[in-house]
Amino acid sequence: MTEETKEAEQAISEIEDLYDTDYEIGQDNIEKWGFDMHAPVFPVSAFLILVFVVSSLMFPEESKQGLEATRNWIQNVFDWMFLSAGNFFVLFCLALIVLPVGKIRLGGEDAVPDFSVLSWFAMLFAAGMGIGLMFWSVAEPVGYFTEWFGTPLNVAGFTDESRTAALGATMYHWGLHPWAIYGVVALSLAFFTYNKGLPLTIRSTFYPLLGDRVWGWPGHVIDTVAVLATIFGLATSLGLGAQQAASGLNFLFDIGGGLQTQVIVITGVTAVAIVSVVRGIDGGVKLLSNLNMIFAILLLSFVIIAGSFGDFFANVGRTVTGYVEYMLPLSNPVGRADDTFYHSWTIFFWAWWISWSPFVGMFIARVSRGRTVRQFLTAVLIVPTAVTVIWMSAFGGSGLDQAADGIGELADGIGDSTLALFQMLTHLPLTGITSFLAICLVMVFFVTSSDSGSLVIDSITSGGKTTAPVTQRVFWATAEGVIAAVLLTVGGSAALQALQAGAVSMGLPFTFILIAMCASLARGLYHERQLLAYNAVLQR
Amino acid sequence: MYKKIMVPVDLEHTDKIEKALHGAAELAKSYDVPVCYVAVMGRVPNRVAPSPEKFEAELNMFAREQAGKYDIATECKAVPSVDVPAELDDKLLGAVDEVGADLIVMASHIPGIADKLHLISSNAAYMVKHSSVSIFVVR
Repeated sequence: MTEETKEAEQAISEIEDLYDTDYEIGQDNIEKWGFDMHAPVFPVSAFLILVFVVSSLMFPEESKQGLEATRNWIQNVFDWMFLSAGNFFVLFCLALIVLPVGKIRLGGEDAVPDFSVLSWFAMLFAAGMGIGLMFWSVAEPVGYFTEWFGTPLNVAGFTDESRTAALGATMYHWGLHPWAIYGVVALSLAFFTYNKGLPLTIRSTFYPLLGDRVWGWPGHVIDTVAVLATIFGLATSLGLGAQQAASGLNFLFDIGGGLQTQVIVITGVTAVAIVSVVRGIDGGVKLLSNLNMIFAILLLSFVIIAGSFGDFFANVGRTVTGYVEYMLPLSNPVGRADDTFYHSWTIFFWAWWISWSPFVGMFIARVSRGRTVRQFLTAVLIVPTAVTVIWMSAFGGSGLDQAADGIGELADGIGDSTLALFQMLTHLPLTGITSFLAICLVMVFFVTSSDSGSLVIDSITSGGKTTAPVTQRVFWATAEGVIAAVLLTVGGSAALQALQAGAVSMGLPFTFILIAMCASLARGLYHERQLLAYNAVLQR
Repeated sequence: MYKKIMVPVDLEHTDKIEKALHGAAELAKSYDVPVCYVAVMGRVPNRVAPSPEKFEAELNMFAREQAGKYDIATECKAVPSVDVPAELDDKLLGAVDEVGADLIVMASHIPGIADKLHLISSNAAYMVKHSSVSIFVVR
């Protein structure tokens, strides 16, 4: 044995010792009544969920005021922090794409992906962003153009410049930054799970920083907060989304968008989500995501063709120019004068993306084994951004064209933001068919968020064990639906908005958690790269 | 009478299927046929092993241990799955033909209140309902 191989072996064993934990996945679990629960994460989360739901039902207005005040305070005081963190995450991910660590494969050198590129990609969109893109791709740019609620950098509305600014600012909110936030969480989880053999739960990403302490209370806190952010985020989105879907259905079929329709929507979405979680990832969420990708391509092609190719290409030009031109000024946290836009749009979105990152990140991690770091981040950052450019140019662009040409309701500005998409479709041919298709897309995106969310909560509350009985994920999917329906029926919008403000407020602690996660991931990837290098020495 | 016996195993709970393992071994001896241990293997680390490769190694070792313990011929098969609890039944069913088994010996829990409430399902019951080969359910 040469000196060199001795050194390599020594170094390998030193690095491997760093990740050698005695913790056994599921060792803290209690198996009872068809559940496999991590103690204390499962019972404490369940208890806190009950406390928050009951208090927001008993005092809807007070909780709404209190929690929204908290959210506003967080957004106003830590605005610079959210914005800087977002910028940092983009740079961090781009760096990992180009650095040599990009070659590291999730799951080891011989791992092969479990899903085809198309299905994988469809699932990325289905979990995190589908519904939002449906509702905001028309309302947001048209809102900026018509000076509905602040404009980016105070650009004057109804001008050519504001069209470019509107598309650029919307892209900024839905492009690289949110996906970088998801990418950091997803890559950290995937790396520590598949390459280091740690359980699939948020706390594992801190193993290089905290060592075996992550299995104790610091880990319990991180996982419990992740569960609360996810379930409240999902339940309130489902409740508020049901209102939007009901108003859309009413707009189309005149069936009344009242409470009854809303509860039917929640029940329907939850029922399909339960069937989907029982069928599993392959037979459930993957199938629905693929279906939705086809629906989305159909609708997108229609809007492009019906709205004329020429206009579409002009809008692609505007979107790209706007994105490039406005990205830097909009990412700048110093000396901002566009207070309404900056706080109510950008910082709100940033807090929102960050509070959703445990959920979306973990789901992405779950389906990404076998990709290299470079492939992974390119697919999570660059491809969705490119697709969003096309989507935004078609939907937002058509909306802006109508608003600028004085066609239809959009020309008068945004009345009901949830109807903007349908108002745009009204002035294209075949409105009945396309609006129905759009409603179907929205509903299926709700289902895919709900079922992927249930899988994630199930995994966290069972200590990273993905083999817990199906009963447990059915429980979480049902809980989301029940919380949404009860809040809506008893507390109305105020109760939903209260809890949503609470969920978004969790963006603040998670910002710190994500920054620490970057440090942890960088350390882990550096070690992995060293391991590969030393192993290459041994094989020579 | 039989050519090969398939025994579905959950490596995390081998203590709970001791009787089924013993029964399968006795049958294997009396018919002089091999036993194939089948486990459905996830992609995410679990208590058995931190990676699919190590899971397969564990299963191999388990099959060898059984061979030594009962003096029978054994083999094993790890069936990959992206979502074990949801796909377990179908993957086991698919494995029957793949390994060429004509008798399944499997453990099953004693039904309790959770079964009455339909909170949990029985993997053995699913196999009995959907497989065409003989099944010996051990409790």
